[in-house]
Amino acid sequence: MALPAYAGPLETTWYYTFRFLCACIFLFLITPILVIIPLSFNAEPYFTFTSGMLSFDPEAYSLRWYRDFVTNTQWTHSVENSFIIAIASTVLATSLGTLAALGLSKPHMPYRSLMMGLLISPMIVPLIISAAGMYFFYSNIGLDQTYLGIILAHTALGTPFVVITVTATLVGFDHSLTRAAANLGATPTTAFFKVIMPLILPGVISGALFAFITSFDEVVVVLFLAGYDQRTIPRQMWSGIREQISPTILAVATVLVAISISLLATLELLRRRGERLRGISPG
Amino acid sequence: MADVIFPSGPVLAADGTPLKASLNRAMRKNRIRALLLVTPLFLFILFSFLLPIVDMTMRSVDNWQVGTLMPKTAIALRNWDGKEIPDEPVFAALVEDLAAGAKSREIGKVATRLNYEKSGLRSTITGSARKALKIKEGPYKEQVLKMNKRWRQLDTWTVIKRNTRPYTIGYYLNAVDLKYDKAGNIVRQAESRRIYGKLFARTFGISLVITVLCILLAYPVSYLLATLPLRYSNLLMIFVLLPFWTSLLVRTTAWIAMLQSQGVLNDIFVYVGLINDDNRLQLIHNLTGTVIAMTHILLPFMVLPLYSVMKTIPPSYMRAALSLGANPLVAFVRVYMPQTLSGIGAGSILVFILSIGYYITPALVGGTSGTLISNQIAYHMQSSLNWGLAGALGALLLASVLVLYFLYNRIVGIDNMRLG
Repeated sequence: MALPAYAGPLETTWYYTFRFLCACIFLFLITPILVIIPLSFNAEPYFTFTSGMLSFDPEAYSLRWYRDFVTNTQWTHSVENSFIIAIASTVLATSLGTLAALGLSKPHMPYRSLMMGLLISPMIVPLIISAAGMYFFYSNIGLDQTYLGIILAHTALGTPFVVITVTATLVGFDHSLTRAAANLGATPTTAFFKVIMPLILPGVISGALFAFITSFDEVVVVLFLAGYDQRTIPRQMWSGIREQISPTILAVATVLVAISISLLATLELLRRRGERLRGISPG
Repeated sequence: MADVIFPSGPVLAADGTPLKASLNRAMRKNRIRALLLVTPLFLFILFSFLLPIVDMTMRSVDNWQVGTLMPKTAIALRNWDGKEIPDEPVFAALVEDLAAGAKSREIGKVATRLNYEKSGLRSTITGSARKALKIKEGPYKEQVLKMNKRWRQLDTWTVIKRNTRPYTIGYYLNAVDLKYDKAGNIVRQAESRRIYGKLFARTFGISLVITVLCILLAYPVSYLLATLPLRYSNLLMIFVLLPFWTSLLVRTTAWIAMLQSQGVLNDIFVYVGLINDDNRLQLIHNLTGTVIAMTHILLPFMVLPLYSVMKTIPPSYMRAALSLGANPLVAFVRVYMPQTLSGIGAGSILVFILSIGYYITPALVGGTSGTLISNQIAYHMQSSLNWGLAGALGALLLASVLVLYFLYNRIVGIDNMRLG
């Protein structure tokens, strides 16, 4: 929507006002995330720019908080926990979710919408309610303060994303392909891995990414279910904000932003690949 | 074609069974196969998620304490008419139950439960239980009445009798600022104790404000993204998607760094001379902090559906309206905006659902004036340990979310939900 040549002064003013407004909103969206990056290199234990930082004095910048992040055992332990829990629950959520999505996309699936509603309910119910329910239930069966308990909880929270993305990929799926595979002598398992899987792989991967990030970012359930040993990165950040504000959490935040940028790039690549395969080229 | 012979009976399949039956069998097989694929996840969700939620909801009506731990009193009170202080047999049962409870150390649960209904009963029960151990013989009524003045009050007995039932709506009454009065009628709480009504109102109010702010901010941005050429809009989309993919804790931390009194925003204000150094703005640990941070966090959830709807509106409609003589404003309001209503609806419900259940951000930047109902649930779960009330508040919150979700499903359809 470039400004047409015949635009009058009013339209020109509005055009630039509108652009300015949008620029402000984009700024609102991105500034907080960008601000923490330089702040994390602060040499002083403050959450704010020191005068040295503003005059670009190299002395005012340091890697002190990153050093704290990689040497402090509380933090390194939480990184391990986060990855263990996120990877385990992603694997579980992806396999369970993909199977269910295959079933849900079959034309003969009975009670389809009811099933779908139940299966994606963990995404709709507010986290505090899920956490409260799990807290009571899991403590009754001795699963609180265990890795298994948190992995199960995170798997439940992650599966809706897998179900939704894989079902979406299966919408255009040609079921005669499976029949053709069966006709040519493939067992259902072979047909699944050789025919179906390669086609729905982008959906499975982006579902898995969603499941991973859900678990990696989740803190409410962890707050209620985890003991001291199962503290994850977000849980550690939570107590960092609540108890002792140290710029280490800014360093951690910067690392997490870097991770989310790479995730974003992966998803974008997947999307482009999907478009290329389907013959849609970006304009 | 004349010599084709149609079989007189039902059409048969190759194996000689009627085709209809054969087809039915095949269909059933397919259905079972589809169900089998879904079953593992269904069972998993059932045990790891749905049962815990049901369990929590049951806790909000569960009232086992008095009936189980004071069984004899419960039976003795069954025929009590509630008009005056009960007679000797009830007191005998009470002393026996209290003594048993004191020995097994379970009486505290009864005391806590009854204290929710009538404050002060906790010490009455625990104190009398200790004394009941020393009572050797009757008449019991006289001795108990001397223990504590509350045993002489009729409503103490009303409360006990009411709570011998295994289920209660007491927690729900509490959650909506109602209570039983002395005569057992349901009345409103005293003005100063009506906190949950206000909290629900505040939660819905804040969510509404955030939703409106999100619409106002998302609309121009989505319009720009939808109308720019794809190579620019893909680039600008990063501004929306990066916050979307960034950890919630990171964004909350970022807002703390931005908004605190020694934070970036206040520094800038002081630097440009908008405010002076001594009266920096209090932007965090209050309502303002919650609204700003949550609007930022939920904005992508509004931009994405709006963008995808606007993307489908052909630009020629606006041009047609303009060439037919509408001025740009009229054309926009009467031609463009109505077509974006479904996007606004979808985004609004999504943002609203997410914000009424939000916990983390209000807890970290909300202070006391910016906390929501979920923070109160967490408080009753972890600090006051009034789990019944936490369950009741949770169930009410859940009910409102489900109603909204039902609306969302009607407007958008869950199958059309787009991620990323």
